[in-house]
Amino acid sequence: MADSNSSRVSFTLDSSLDSVNKIELTAEQVAQRAGFDEDTIPHIAMAVREAAVNAVLHGNSYDTNKHIVASFETTSDSLIIRIADQGPGLDPDKVPDPLAPENILRGSGRGIFLIKAFMDEVNFRQLHPGTELTLIKHRTPAQPGT
Amino acid sequence: MSMKVQTRQVDGVTILDLSGRITLGEGSVTIRDAVRDVLAKGSNKILLNLGDISYIDSSGIGELVSAFTTVKNSGGELKLLNLTKKVHDLLQITKLYTVFDIKDDEATAISAFTK
Repeated sequence: MADSNSSRVSFTLDSSLDSVNKIELTAEQVAQRAGFDEDTIPHIAMAVREAAVNAVLHGNSYDTNKHIVASFETTSDSLIIRIADQGPGLDPDKVPDPLAPENILRGSGRGIFLIKAFMDEVNFRQLHPGTELTLIKHRTPAQPGT
Repeated sequence: MSMKVQTRQVDGVTILDLSGRITLGEGSVTIRDAVRDVLAKGSNKILLNLGDISYIDSSGIGELVSAFTTVKNSGGELKLLNLTKKVHDLLQITKLYTVFDIKDDEATAISAFTK
């Protein structure tokens, strides 16, 4: 029996910055409907944007023949967002630490760090081909949602 | 909202008044081009006014860092002015707040450049 507080929406997009913008906007709207506060909503939207950028840029390399699948699921406990690409795969353990002194002045490499900073759980799953990133933000008791 | 840049000169300092979003794509490339243009014209004291920047992503942060190192490597100085809370918090989280020289008012920022 479906949880009355659960909902899920999923869509497939091309590998473009327009898709990134659409995913970010959807994240903001879903987080707002889920009842997250005004400080948390932009953090969720930013984390999702970073995940979408990674999928488009680093995963699919803007390849028009490759797609991104984005899904947004709200439950009574959490908001769960999944972003999947069709790229060569990503090993998160090999991503350099952007806070390390030797990396602090690098011009890139902060996306995954920001995702982890703003979300409660971040999981990577290899799809062979591709990578699926799952971002989870837990509700607090004051957020009964819709 | 795409990013816009307006350029002005005050006491030998080039001020780039930025507005909009600094994100992957147009916004981040605009900063890069604007800073390179200023350096090419012989000015290496650059103040980025971020007071009207509503949003910045990690690519945008990367471009700020790249601009900083480019200007520094050319013997110049790049400083930041009027950070919004969002941008301030992001620079804090990424440990970049102490890398940049950040000011809250223009007169103080201009005085801070090496004469």
